[in-house]
Amino acid sequence: MAEKKTKKETAPKKKETAKAAAPAKAAAPAVKAPEKEKKESRVGVFICHCGTNIAGSVDITDVQEYAKTLPNVAFADNYQYMCSTPGQSKIIDAIKEHNLTGIVVAACSPRLHEPTFRTATKEGGLNPFRFEMANIREQGSWVHMHDREGATEKAKDAIRIAVAKASLLQDLIPKSVPVEHAAMVVGAGIAGMQAALDLANAGIKTYLIEKNPTIGGRMSQLDKTFPTLDCSQCILTPKMVDVGRNPNIELMTCAEVENVEGYIGNFDVTIRKKARGVLSMAEAEEKGIVGGGCNGCGDCEVVCPVIKPNPFEMGMKPRKAIYIYHPQVVPLIYHIDWDSCIKCNLCVEACADKKAIDLEMQDELVKVKVGTAILATGYDIFPVEKKDEWGYKKYENVVTSLEFERLICASGPTGGHLVRPSDGATPKKVAFLLCAGSRDSTGIGHPYCSRFCCMYSLKHAHQIIEKIPGAQPYLFYMDIRSFGKMYEEFYYRIQDEGAKFMRGRVSNVLEDPVTKNLIINAEDTLLNRPISLEVDMVVLAAAVEPAAETDKTRKLFGVSRSMDGWLLEAHPKLNPCGTTTAGVFLAGVCQGPKDIPDTVASAEGAASAASIPIHMGEVELEPYFAQCIEEKCAGCGMCVNLCPYGALALVEKDGRKVMEVTEAKCKGCGTCGGFCPGGAIWMQHFATPQIIAQIDAFLLGGAK
Amino acid sequence: MADEWKPQILGIICNWCSYAGADLAGSARTQYPPDIRIVRVMCTGRVDPLFILKAFTDGADGVLVSGCHFGDCHYLEGNYKGAKRMFMVKSLLRNIGLEDKRLRMTFVSASEGAKWAKVVEDVVKTVTELGPNPLKELTR
Repeated sequence: MAEKKTKKETAPKKKETAKAAAPAKAAAPAVKAPEKEKKESRVGVFICHCGTNIAGSVDITDVQEYAKTLPNVAFADNYQYMCSTPGQSKIIDAIKEHNLTGIVVAACSPRLHEPTFRTATKEGGLNPFRFEMANIREQGSWVHMHDREGATEKAKDAIRIAVAKASLLQDLIPKSVPVEHAAMVVGAGIAGMQAALDLANAGIKTYLIEKNPTIGGRMSQLDKTFPTLDCSQCILTPKMVDVGRNPNIELMTCAEVENVEGYIGNFDVTIRKKARGVLSMAEAEEKGIVGGGCNGCGDCEVVCPVIKPNPFEMGMKPRKAIYIYHPQVVPLIYHIDWDSCIKCNLCVEACADKKAIDLEMQDELVKVKVGTAILATGYDIFPVEKKDEWGYKKYENVVTSLEFERLICASGPTGGHLVRPSDGATPKKVAFLLCAGSRDSTGIGHPYCSRFCCMYSLKHAHQIIEKIPGAQPYLFYMDIRSFGKMYEEFYYRIQDEGAKFMRGRVSNVLEDPVTKNLIINAEDTLLNRPISLEVDMVVLAAAVEPAAETDKTRKLFGVSRSMDGWLLEAHPKLNPCGTTTAGVFLAGVCQGPKDIPDTVASAEGAASAASIPIHMGEVELEPYFAQCIEEKCAGCGMCVNLCPYGALALVEKDGRKVMEVTEAKCKGCGTCGGFCPGGAIWMQHFATPQIIAQIDAFLLGGAK
Repeated sequence: MADEWKPQILGIICNWCSYAGADLAGSARTQYPPDIRIVRVMCTGRVDPLFILKAFTDGADGVLVSGCHFGDCHYLEGNYKGAKRMFMVKSLLRNIGLEDKRLRMTFVSASEGAKWAKVVEDVVKTVTELGPNPLKELTR
């Protein structure tokens, strides 16, 4: 029954499709004559050995002989490496020699080499979409390595299925669309700042979106950076200033991405600019307040009666309801914490003629159009109190490493004098607990290595030795991972300076209720004996995890995540900055833990990748659009509501309603085609007859 | 014949998540039974109930439809729509007297190679226990 239905379905409106796409510049080669006279399908099958990767588990000769018996197969061949130049030449030559109309390569995954073989198909004079891949490596030889018979049979079936589809493939012409000469970077930590600067310096208008009131990110909270011991702020603030004054960068702080529509080259992004409560000088001028707007004088902060903990200082320093994170913020504009503001109006009076403060300010939605986007959403600290054996948030003198950074930083709450939170005394014996939530398979922490904790803990050890005479750091570690340039040398230096290293995970930390000293219980796995050590202070090198908003942002941009929550790159080795959504790239720690040098390198990579389509000026979209078979369309309009992109509409034609597709909006998911009760939707390259032919080929066999 | 019998299972899987997950199982050399054949679609939203019914009338012993996790769909919500249809097809199968366990929908992300191997193992096991598709006798 089902078969009858599909057989009736003929390839629709081929000519019209080609016509519609023709005005958009098509990079198609000499496209074969339109198949009015239904040409016989002649498929060429090429089987790849991939060295022994495939040939080791699949009988290539057997498979090739079998392929020759399949309907529509005019030619079959094999080669050591089909992706090599000679391998591709085989395809190009065979197309001409055997007058082929379709190509099947049985090799690795189409996700790896489909573009390669499409190019070869095109060079042979065929439309590149007349190519189909049979995946006999990733989903064949590699997963059935010790089952030669099973893998060989599976390869034969995969080829039979691919040949069935290749016999029915049609010429398709990709649509070229212009690329907006602008980019967006989400997150303005060191990764986002670097990416935005690179893009802007390459002449691209760049929108830099930051949720916090200032740029700078985590790096601005650090005191010194390993292994050079550069002061973090000293190397960061010049970059922050560059970002602030680069004419190509439009900086939006207190802002979040609210909605994303469109596709590579043409993303329409809605940004929520949160009510800051304070006008910048430019905003004031727009409102006609001459010489007004916030100049960062701080008069408002002085009079504000509300006192709250400053999040930038990890809550260890007071701030007002109207405040800035720290003196070097960019942009230097105060902002109001609406949760604590009591609207007493004192700040408005103090601001006087500048009229910068608006206590009734509302969020604003801004729409921008960009060609490409980079996500640089960074990380948060793992809530290490979940590992309650170490006493964080239970004992006052247990702090996280980020709190330690603020405590040892000259601009921090204590002016750089390390003190114990319980009594303000200078600690002499300080223990650093590494892998606090990293490399943790208990299900409470994270299984991965956070990659930079070993190194900053070494730096912390150095800092207390340097700052506190007679201080003794103890590092409890699993392994010291000092893999970067000059890192191992730094590790030796800290050993020489007298830090003590204890290899073993800490089983628990207890507090002496009187002295508030801490007793650490661990096992020294090198000496095979238990340790019990009393210290003045404990610093937990807490794991890192994706920033809280990462999930929301990635869904807006259609980016996947890895199992550990970090954003998923297109290829872990060969495309670490790309994603599976064309035009969206990743920079910095949002893709996985990285230290500062790696973060900056990744940001520069992402910026370079994101600038390519913009400089090219146009991109080709895969032509997997839906098409309406008008004679079958009943005009019910069910598909219109199903489309997640609003690409479908009902239009009046010849006195009745039919569906019409806006190709530029259609992304080719086929949700409409999977539903249409009349079978009136033709999904290009994934058409119902093509898929049914694949299913039939698998289950009903395909001998000639 | 009885001890020789191996199930014929069709997998219709989405390009972005499950197909990539299956590729990852390959790169990691995670071994699983070879009794599944794959048809790739861009999204599980593309899966027409017709495909499933056609597979069963053709004699498939089992069908696996696998896509992205909810909320992770490359096309926003195609997997929701695909999943809803699968419930409908399952009830259809029950109505015609075919075990609905022969149809399975799973969610395997691009980073879940090991899960893909487990899913296939599990589907092969379930279908093997159910035995050959009874329609095969009727249609051939």
